[in-house]
Amino acid sequence: MKGWMGKLRVLFWLGFLTLVLSGCGKENLSALIPKGYGAESSMNLIILSTVVMTFVFLVVIIIFTIVLFRFRRKKGREDYIPKQVEGSKTLETVWTVIPIILVLILAVPTVAATFDLADVSEAGDGINIDVTGNQYWWHFDYEDEDVQTSQDLYIPTGERVYLNMISSDVIHAFWVPAISGKMDVNVENTNTMYIEAYEEGVYWGKCAELCGPSHSLMDFKVIAVSPEEYEQWISDMQDVDPDETPENAVAQEGKSLFEENNCMSCHAVGSSNVEIGPNLTNYANRTTIAGILEPTKENLVEWIRDPESIKPGNKMTGNYPEVSEEEAEKIAEYLLQLDHSDITPESAGES
Amino acid sequence: MSSIAATQKRRSFGAFLWDYLTTVDHKKIAHLYLFGGGFFFLLGGLEAMIIRIQLIKPENDFVSAGIFNEMFTMHGTTMIFLAAMPLIIGLMNAAMPLQIGARDVAFPFLNALSFWLFMFGGILLNCSWFLGGAPDAGWTSYVPLAITSPGHGVDFYIAGLQIAGAGTLMSGINFLATIVNMRAPGMTYMRMPLFTWTTFITSVLIVFAFPPLTIGLFLLMFDRMFGSAFFDVALGGNAIIWQHLFWIFGHPEVYILILPIFGIFSEVFATFSKKRLFGYTPMVFATMLIAFLGFMVWAHHMFTVGMGPMANSIFAVATMAIAVPTGIKIFNWLATMWGGNVQINSAMLWALGFIPSFTIGGMTGVMLASVVADYQYHDTYFVVAHFHYVIVGGTVFGIFAGLHYWWPKMFGRVLNEAMGKLTFWTFFIGFHLTFFIQHFLGLMGMPRRYWVFLEGQELDLGNLISTIGAFFMAFGVVVFLINIVYTAMKGEQAAADPWDGRTLEWTVASPPPYYNFKQVPLVRGLDALWVEKTEGRGEMTPSEPLDDIHMPNSSILPFIISLGFFIAGFGFIYQPDNKLWYIVLYGGMAISVGAMIVRSVKDDLGYYIKKEELEREAD
Amino acid sequence: MNHDHTLNPETMPQEPEKATLEGKNKFLGLWFFLGGETVLFASLFGTFVALRNSTAGGPTSQEMFGLGLVFIMTVLLLTSSLTSVYAIYHMKNNNFKLMQLWLGITGLLGLGFLSLEIYEFAHYITDYGFTFRSSAFGSAFYTLVGFHGGHVIFGVSWLITLLIRNAKRGLNLYNAPKFYIFSLYWHFIDVVWVFVFTVVYLMGKVG
Repeated sequence: MKGWMGKLRVLFWLGFLTLVLSGCGKENLSALIPKGYGAESSMNLIILSTVVMTFVFLVVIIIFTIVLFRFRRKKGREDYIPKQVEGSKTLETVWTVIPIILVLILAVPTVAATFDLADVSEAGDGINIDVTGNQYWWHFDYEDEDVQTSQDLYIPTGERVYLNMISSDVIHAFWVPAISGKMDVNVENTNTMYIEAYEEGVYWGKCAELCGPSHSLMDFKVIAVSPEEYEQWISDMQDVDPDETPENAVAQEGKSLFEENNCMSCHAVGSSNVEIGPNLTNYANRTTIAGILEPTKENLVEWIRDPESIKPGNKMTGNYPEVSEEEAEKIAEYLLQLDHSDITPESAGES
Repeated sequence: MSSIAATQKRRSFGAFLWDYLTTVDHKKIAHLYLFGGGFFFLLGGLEAMIIRIQLIKPENDFVSAGIFNEMFTMHGTTMIFLAAMPLIIGLMNAAMPLQIGARDVAFPFLNALSFWLFMFGGILLNCSWFLGGAPDAGWTSYVPLAITSPGHGVDFYIAGLQIAGAGTLMSGINFLATIVNMRAPGMTYMRMPLFTWTTFITSVLIVFAFPPLTIGLFLLMFDRMFGSAFFDVALGGNAIIWQHLFWIFGHPEVYILILPIFGIFSEVFATFSKKRLFGYTPMVFATMLIAFLGFMVWAHHMFTVGMGPMANSIFAVATMAIAVPTGIKIFNWLATMWGGNVQINSAMLWALGFIPSFTIGGMTGVMLASVVADYQYHDTYFVVAHFHYVIVGGTVFGIFAGLHYWWPKMFGRVLNEAMGKLTFWTFFIGFHLTFFIQHFLGLMGMPRRYWVFLEGQELDLGNLISTIGAFFMAFGVVVFLINIVYTAMKGEQAAADPWDGRTLEWTVASPPPYYNFKQVPLVRGLDALWVEKTEGRGEMTPSEPLDDIHMPNSSILPFIISLGFFIAGFGFIYQPDNKLWYIVLYGGMAISVGAMIVRSVKDDLGYYIKKEELEREAD
Repeated sequence: MNHDHTLNPETMPQEPEKATLEGKNKFLGLWFFLGGETVLFASLFGTFVALRNSTAGGPTSQEMFGLGLVFIMTVLLLTSSLTSVYAIYHMKNNNFKLMQLWLGITGLLGLGFLSLEIYEFAHYITDYGFTFRSSAFGSAFYTLVGFHGGHVIFGVSWLITLLIRNAKRGLNLYNAPKFYIFSLYWHFIDVVWVFVFTVVYLMGKVG
């Protein structure tokens, strides 16, 4: 008796619970709170398709409920043999034609949006950034500006930024849910997509294609600042002097250790061809250490001393001499004073 | 019969084992498939529980990142290739020959070979756990990750699936030949039960979908083990080829998993509503249309690859089109129950639970086809939710329905109803708890195959709920296992026709005699048994006089052939390390090829059950 | 009921290969198998077409391929298809000896084809250093043509086994389907070769 009631109750309860509990997720991460052109375009289709499909679901559930109410076996009628109906041409036509119409309602805007988002014909006039996916970090090369950075991607708001993406090892996928849907970062060809953030903010980015043990730790950030701040940031980054001696004595020692331990064969400061490991320009202003940790000195020391425990399978482990706690602290001191710009995540509203 | 039964009772375990190792009887092979598939289902379930426990809270360290990747890779691979498909093929073996009034399948020997290839392939794959680590590149095994994956995990994936896949391909061919050639007199195509129809169409899918996987696996094997350059970009290779080959197989594969289930539900709805299936002809053609379109839509798994807007749009529209025949099916099932005398028991509960669950899965399927929306869904928990809604809410529900429905026929006992209902409700509730929330997790920014999710991203609660749901499902499965044991010991003996059935399998004893039909029945309409019942006869008219029955011989060769490939598999996997492994490779191959030569040189003419013997057995 | 008695002109049915249920099943099963094989080769052709210009600086098809040799191979294989037709013709006429003869010729032509193919591969490897590992094109070429060659090897072995096993027992309803489905398989291999010749060699030569 309470079979179908229970079923309905469960469904209703689940839906309700989900809405109340989850809200729409975290701002600047969730695709349900779109803050960019691509994400908005996706969201429109998500809403449209949900509405259409919910309609279908309701029709099914209403018929289903009626069937369970009216045609459930009654006591004393166990042997009742119902009329053996073959079928109905009219009904078949109805439930063929209506879904076709519903599919068309969804198909037309889908195709339109697909062509719209794939239109990169004006890439030549816009900002172009070469994106390289690596196990497990992201490299960003502002090709016209001679500026390079890693992990934190600065873009101006209200402008289409074209990303030309390729991978150096295995397939990754570039995904900043709040700004835009994802695109694969392939090994053999460059994929181009554009992103446009409507408002300033620090947006979470994630790798969305399985790329190895630390796939889930390959986070990055997109930092959308005003166009003026963006110009400022670019010119700050162009003025970086990689050889600049730190003011602080500990940091000076850190710099020598950084050089002695061969860190520079993989990591560059300033624009450089060295792209084996993340570019460390403007490191003091990074939102995270290694993409996932709070940007504190302790975390950086820990990362330098034992990266494997933080990002399993990363390419840094074992490729440099062991450093003592003390040495690591000095290197951290050096890195955390690489403050090359006044345009920081705070400029985008991050507290 | 009584004397045979008595000797069977007294037989030792060794004889029992030998019987199953050498059997070519489709009913015993069905038992083997259900046992093998059931075993791997539990294994895959265990892997699923480990995945969910790891994700119970943010930044958990229940398992390491490497183990986690192995877990989800093996969970997917196991559930698809080693659990769902074998369980389905088991049900096909159990029911289809009976439904068409045949005494066995077209190639009983091949049927046994199919099973043993699957079993040894599955065992080979799972040996990886004990030999340096399981495959860890996902069940899709995308290159170059699968090429660069260290150790031999992916090699086990290649060898295991290659062997198991060969078995599946043979099953497909076997069922096709059976259905075309061995239907009872009067059983025209448009009188076949829907489960037979879907078996037929699924077999077509198997025959055309598995070869691309075979080739893909060969290319991967050549690249990993023999230094070729298919996917090596430095030598001009192209990694996207793998994705195409994999999904040209992979998408029809999901229809291989769901179409037979549609058949099972069609039988269950009709039987327990006491009505003939509404719109039989549209149902058959909708199945064909789904199968046909299933080959046209593989690239919707690749919308984010960068194929360009034209390709994406074409595949999107083709994908959405599948919603139409699927909708036809849902509405025809509802119409079948409409006006019926709907009896709700365990089998029917699974069928009823399937309707809303699968509808949700179908809905999200259409949503996923919308390319630009898919840019957000792709490779997130939304997709995970979607395919579990169709594969669990469809395939697993259907397997449970089929097991409850045909258990009496297969094993002669009816599964316990109370435990059946308990299983259903815990599993059903747990299923929705686990997967419904995952739609939202995906959109809230949680990609799939994530070992950890970070703190402070508002993903904690959803993941916790999901894990709790998984425990409900596990509980339901445990109850089902207890039910099996209980039924085997104390279950109610089943009559030949416990459900007031409509099709031919219910005309023979439960379990059926090893020759199935003493006299092949004459079929006089759709729902052959029902036709006789409504005309007051209640039993089939024989289409032939009682005569000798030709039966195939049992053989150990299928086991030996498969064992040889299993051994050769190790040779393939380890030969890059040490050339001495070639001895194992060639040794294994020699065993297989030798057994095949024995098979082809030695005449296997079968034997006859004498007419007199059959007469003696009568009543 | 006894399968093993040899057929004579009186007991010879119209289509001995399909006279029994086992024969019909074999016949149909092989057709479905060939359906799967078609997709198998289609996948290989697709891969080859995608990679045929990916020579990675290694030798190209235009440099290496000589159509003369491949033409002889084609003639051999197509002729063998014809001889297998003769064999089946004699089978249907219950002429076991002539069937054996023509099947023997078919096998010899197959072996001739294989020898030339081995010579061809050796030529590419020694004269051009073009191997399975040279480039994606190399991998795709040897895999596609090698898969076809493997099918020929299997076909010849199958034929030899059949001929030896049935050498002395004449034609019956048990082995007639076996000969017949072998011939079907053999035709399939020939058809695939026509595509290999066109897609790999002709298109490869033209560029």
